[in-house]
Amino acid sequence: MDIFVLAEHRRGEIREITFEMLTKGREIVEKNGSRLSTIILGKNIRKSAEILARYADRVLVIDDDRFEFFNSDLYQQALSKIIREMKPILTLIGHTSYGVDLAPSLAVSLNTPLVTDCLDVDLLDGRLTAVRQMYGGKINARVHLKKSEGYIATIRQGVITAREENLKGEVVELPPPSIAETVKKRFIDYVLPKIGEVDISSADILVAIGRGIKDQSNISIAEELAKTLGGVLACSRPIVDKGWLPPERQVGSSGKTVKPKLYLAMGISGAFQHIIGMKNSQLIIAINKDPNAPIFNVAHYGVVEDLFKIVPLLIGKIKEVKKKGS
Amino acid sequence: MEIVVCVKHVPETTEVELKIDKSGKNIEKSGLVFDINEWDDYAVEEAIRIKERNGGNVTVVTVGDEGVDSTLRKCLAKGADKAIRITDKRINYSDPFIVAKILSRAIKQISFDLVLTGAQSSDDGYSFIGPALAELLDIPHVTLAKKIGFKDKHALVNRELEGGLEEVVEVELPALITIQTGINEPRYVSIMGIKKAMKKEIKVYSIDDLGLSDLDVGIENSWIHISELSIPPVERKAEFITGSPEEIVSKIIEIIKSRGLI
Ligand SMILES: Cc1cc2nc3c(=O)[nH]c(=O)nc-3n(C[C@H](O)[C@H](O)[C@H](O)COP(=O)(O)OP(=O)(O)OC[C@H]3O[C@@H](n4cnc5c(N)ncnc54)[C@H](O)[C@@H]3O)c2cc1C
Ligand SMILES: Nc1ncnc2c1ncn2[C@@H]1O[C@H](COP(=O)(O)O)[C@@H](O)[C@H]1O
Repeated sequence: MDIFVLAEHRRGEIREITFEMLTKGREIVEKNGSRLSTIILGKNIRKSAEILARYADRVLVIDDDRFEFFNSDLYQQALSKIIREMKPILTLIGHTSYGVDLAPSLAVSLNTPLVTDCLDVDLLDGRLTAVRQMYGGKINARVHLKKSEGYIATIRQGVITAREENLKGEVVELPPPSIAETVKKRFIDYVLPKIGEVDISSADILVAIGRGIKDQSNISIAEELAKTLGGVLACSRPIVDKGWLPPERQVGSSGKTVKPKLYLAMGISGAFQHIIGMKNSQLIIAINKDPNAPIFNVAHYGVVEDLFKIVPLLIGKIKEVKKKGS
Repeated sequence: MEIVVCVKHVPETTEVELKIDKSGKNIEKSGLVFDINEWDDYAVEEAIRIKERNGGNVTVVTVGDEGVDSTLRKCLAKGADKAIRITDKRINYSDPFIVAKILSRAIKQISFDLVLTGAQSSDDGYSFIGPALAELLDIPHVTLAKKIGFKDKHALVNRELEGGLEEVVEVELPALITIQTGINEPRYVSIMGIKKAMKKEIKVYSIDDLGLSDLDVGIENSWIHISELSIPPVERKAEFITGSPEEIVSKIIEIIKSRGLI
C-alpha cells in the first residue's frame, strides 16, 4: 500500500509544500504501515530527486524535456497512468496554483474521490477523512469521503510544520510516458512581479488595511498613521484588486511574506491567504469590528471596534507621545 | 464568441457571526444576505467585456433554488444575454463533483467557445468546479486568470502563481478558464440594465431535463460527506483590549511603547 506525494518545484527549487505533505504522509504511513512515495516530474531533476530521497521511502522520477515547466495537461496524462498502475491509497497534492490546476481534472479523469484545501487528512479503516475550512475560515468542516480504493487530497500550504528527515529512499526512474500528440495547452513564459517603490518585507512597522477601509479616500488616514508610527502601509488583496494600492503592498500567498516587529491589521478579516503572509510577525495587533473575525486567531492583541473611531485618536496620541519624548 | 459563465449565489458572511444548525452539518442561513460569489462577479464582467469586443452571447448558468434568481437578474442586468438555472430537490446535499456533473450536462446543450467560472466560491472554497467541469466537457482549462487575450483559435492567459509571479499559458479553444479577482473592475448595475433584464428569460431545468436521475445526484453519489461543522480552534487567542476608544488607544500605545517601537 502506497501513499503518494506529488513533489512541487519551480525554477529549480522544491517548494516547501512538498516537505509539509511528506511530513503528513509520514505520519499516516507510520500508523498504517504503508510506504511513502513521492513523484517528481521535470527536466534535469536528479538533484531534487536526491533531496526528496531523504524524506520518502521511494522517489519516482520522470526526467523528461516535456516536463521542464508545469503543465497540468501533461502532468495529468502522466500521473493518471502512474496512479492507475500503482494504485496508491492516497495521493497528496499541494493546494497551490499548480495543485488547483491539476487535482480536480485528474480526480475526475480517474474517477477517484478528491477533497481540496485540507488542513489535515487521515485514513481511518481505509477511508479518507479530512478537516477543511469554509466561509473564509469562520467554520471548520470535518468530512469523510465516499468509499473508494484510492483518494486524492490537496493540502493547504503553511499549516503542517515540515520535519527534517534523513532517510535513504530508493530512487526509481520511470520511463517517459506516452502523451497525446495534440497538447492543448502550452507554457509560454513567466512574468516576474514588478519591483515597486517600497519593500514592505523590510519594514519594522507595517500598518495594513483591508476591505474594512471601505473607500479609497480613507486610505489617507491609514497612510498618516503609518507615517506617524514611522512605518509603511501594506494591505490585503481586495485593496490591490481595486487598484487603490500597487501590488507590491499586498501581504499574503499571492503577495509578500512579512515579519515586521509590529503588524497593525485594520479591517482585515484574516483569510488564510492573508494570514500565511503575516502570521510570523513579532507583534500583531488587529482592529476589526467583527469579534469572530479569524484574524483574532493569530493576533496577539485584538480590538473589536470601528477602525475609524480608533485611528484618528491613535494618530493624535502617538504625536503627543513623540513630542513629549523628544 | 459564445461564452458560458457559471455563477453561484452565496451568503455574505465576513461581518456576521455564524451559527451551526441542529444537524451540525450546515450553518443557519436565515437572516443572511446572499449575493453573487465575488470571483463570479469578475468572471461575468470578463465575459461581458469579451463579448463587447468580439461579439457573441453570454449565458450564465447556476445550480440552486428560486432564491438565486436575484443573482441571475443581476448578471442579466449587467449585460448577460441568457440565464439558466438548474433546480431540483434531489440535488440537495450534493457535493461539488455532482454540481460539476450537472453543470456539464447543461452546458453540453449549448454551443460555446469559452466557459468561465470563478477561481473559488467564498462559502465552500473548494476551487474544484472549474477544472472538474472542463474534464467533464473534455476541454482544456486554465485556472487563476489575471488577464485573457485571444489569438486565432487560442486564448493567451496570464495565470497567477504565488508571490506575485505569473505565467503565460496558451490554450486551444474551446476552453474553460477560472477567473481570479482583480482581473478587471466589475461594473455596477444600471437602471437601463435592470429594465432590459426584466424582459430576459431565466430558463429552469430539472435534472431529468438534463438526462440525469437519482442515481447521479444527492449525497449517496457525492464524493464528499460532511461529518460535522465546528467553530475553528484558536491558534493564538488574541488578548482583547477593551474600554472606550480613548482607553483602547492608551493601551495600544503602552504595548507598542513597551516594545520600544515608539
Ligand atoms: C489563490 C488566491 C490567492 C489569494 N491571495 C491573497 C493574498 O495574497 N493576500 C490577501 O490578503 N488575500 C488573498 N486572497 C483573498 C482572500 O481569500 C480574501 O478574499 C482576502 O484576504 C480578504 O481581504 P479582507 O480581509 O481585506 O476583506 P474581507 O474578508 O472582506 O474583510 C473585511 C473585514 O473588515 C472588517 N471591517 C469592516 N468595516 C470595518 C470598520 N469600520 N472597522 C473595523 N473593521 C471593519 C470586517 O468585519 C471584515 O472582517 C487570495 C485568494 C485566492 C483564491
Ligand atoms: N452551484 C453552482 N452553480 C453554478 N456554478 C457554481 C456553483 N458552485 C460553484 N460554481 C462555480 O464554480 C466556481 C468554483 O467553486 P468551488 O469549486 O466551490 O470553489 C465558482 O466560482 C462558480 O463559478
